[in-house]
Amino acid sequence: MALLEVDDLSVTFARRGQRAVHAVDGVSFSVDAGEVVGLVGESGCGKSVTSLAIMGLLPKQPGLRVGGKAVFDGTDLLQLDDRSRRDIRGRDIAMIFQDPLSSLNPVVPIGLQVTEVLTRHRGMKGDVATKEAARLLDRVGIPDPTRRLKEYPHQLSGGMRQRALIAMAVACQPRLLIADEPTTALDVTIQAQILELLKDLVRDSGTALVMITHDLGVVAGMCDSINVLYGGRVVETARRRPLFREPRHPYTVGLLGSVPRLDAGRGERLNPIPGSVRDLLPWPDGCAFSPRCTRRLDACVGEPPELVLAHDGRSYRCVNPAPVPGLARAADAAPVPAPREEEK
Amino acid sequence: MTLISGKKKERIDRLAELAARDDERGVSLWQEALRRLRRNPAAIVGAVVLGVFLVIAIVGPFLVPHAPEAQLWKGEVRENIGYIPGARAENWFGVDHIGRDEFSRMIVGARQTLLVGVVATMIGLAVGSLIGGIAGAAAGLGGRWGRAVDNVLMRFIDMLLAMPSLLLAISIAAILGASLTTVMIAVGTVSVPVFARLLRGSMIAQSNSDYVLAATSLGVRKPKIALAHVVPNSLAPVIVQATLTLATAIIEAAALSFLGLGNNDASIPEWGMMLADAQRYIDIAPRLAILPALGIIITALGFTLLGEAMREALDPKLRK
Repeated sequence: MALLEVDDLSVTFARRGQRAVHAVDGVSFSVDAGEVVGLVGESGCGKSVTSLAIMGLLPKQPGLRVGGKAVFDGTDLLQLDDRSRRDIRGRDIAMIFQDPLSSLNPVVPIGLQVTEVLTRHRGMKGDVATKEAARLLDRVGIPDPTRRLKEYPHQLSGGMRQRALIAMAVACQPRLLIADEPTTALDVTIQAQILELLKDLVRDSGTALVMITHDLGVVAGMCDSINVLYGGRVVETARRRPLFREPRHPYTVGLLGSVPRLDAGRGERLNPIPGSVRDLLPWPDGCAFSPRCTRRLDACVGEPPELVLAHDGRSYRCVNPAPVPGLARAADAAPVPAPREEEK
Repeated sequence: MTLISGKKKERIDRLAELAARDDERGVSLWQEALRRLRRNPAAIVGAVVLGVFLVIAIVGPFLVPHAPEAQLWKGEVRENIGYIPGARAENWFGVDHIGRDEFSRMIVGARQTLLVGVVATMIGLAVGSLIGGIAGAAAGLGGRWGRAVDNVLMRFIDMLLAMPSLLLAISIAAILGASLTTVMIAVGTVSVPVFARLLRGSMIAQSNSDYVLAATSLGVRKPKIALAHVVPNSLAPVIVQATLTLATAIIEAAALSFLGLGNNDASIPEWGMMLADAQRYIDIAPRLAILPALGIIITALGFTLLGEAMREALDPKLRK
């Protein structure tokens, strides 16, 4: 049994007088200890809502309905009461957020924010907690940790802040880490360092990591298996290599095809997926992606496509999947236009 | 021969970089705000005015040339021919309508004004922050009880706010009877709703911030989050408001005294009361009205300037 087993998770926001929004609609995936699982998709596809629902961090409001199961080590997180949920948060499951500056309290020194977790879950106080906090900062690669403990978030660089947040998240050696776009707010060199750090943590402590991102580069560098989300549903699940080599769902194909390439000819246009996430068909009426899909058939509209289980654990939700070898490969194989002459 | 490995070199570079910016270590948000405050001319003018005012109010009464209640020059006041002695060597600001030294009265009056302003603001700040803090925390905790507590407290505050502040202060002062304590309580009560609403609103805004979500995701308990994270971040606007309230408190206290609801002990001078007394002599000795009025205006202006500058300095949007 996997460490985290998310089964048919659904999150609905209903407002009086408005149509209910199915932010997450029957998402299932599983994470093993020491495994890095990616949740990929463009903005608004339900990645963050999925992670917040697992953590029980969705703002309580009338009209919010969370369904399905998220079984962590035998207990369904969605059925827990607030108290046990708080005990699990930070100790067994921790989360790393997108914007390190706003995720740190600006008027409290870093040290206090790290020791707070230690006091809460590990009962440490005073000098012991401070020493442990310094050790944690050192572990995530913050130089001169004892001094940094006294500093305020705005005195640290972006990378340092994210390191501090990671230190807080791993303070109690959680078995599951959820990283919600941990590198989006950082520049590329820092991004590489942070990803390297996360990889080290996963390797050293066997922590499972759920990586939420829209960056396919991050996915390629980090994840063991990947779930592509669209319109609140998983449209394709695969291990890393098969996904990049042979994407089957047209949305995955589109995502991979839209990444700018170094070997593309000068002046060659980028290949965005036409339309935007707002051109979404409600799932019950057919494939949500069909309005933007290049491989659309008549069969796409009317019935929601079933999840097709393919060989070696892959699955996709499409009635007309890209053939193997996938479209992306086919595009690669097409003759590359000759590079233009340098204009003088 | 390579002496330094790549990793070591990286570390040395980092240390060098750290040493270069060593001077800005341990600068809290408040210290940074103070630094920005010092660069703002309005803040400096306000601070200087208030500094002078504070020194006068605290030290002045020990150094005054004459006792403020002694009617030393009563014989020289000729009300029937409209003569009240003006400025001269022994009475710098002249003499008032019953022969007391105006200069000494102005200085002792400054202490009264400061006392009323500060105590009234403290009352408003303490009671208002308590109510607003409880309401904000209750709203943040949520649940049926949290919402109920928040609702009851804020409707009470709305009731206070619905009454015009000076009218409310006059009513309170009239009920409790004229005295200095009454003025403090009345003026303090009037500023309660402002502080309460400000702190509550600011706390609710902070409850939706990312660092509260981050702390929640680490399992920190809600009361701890409210105290350690939400309250410290919500205080800035309250402190600014306190400075601005000092200015209104001084004006309102003077207004109450002017209406005869203030200090009933005529031996202790107070600017509002002096202003009221001067009414009848405004044609023969206008300085008796102008001086206390100027005193009120300048101190209120000083507090306002400093308060506005503090608001700018603490505004996170203007922070670079």
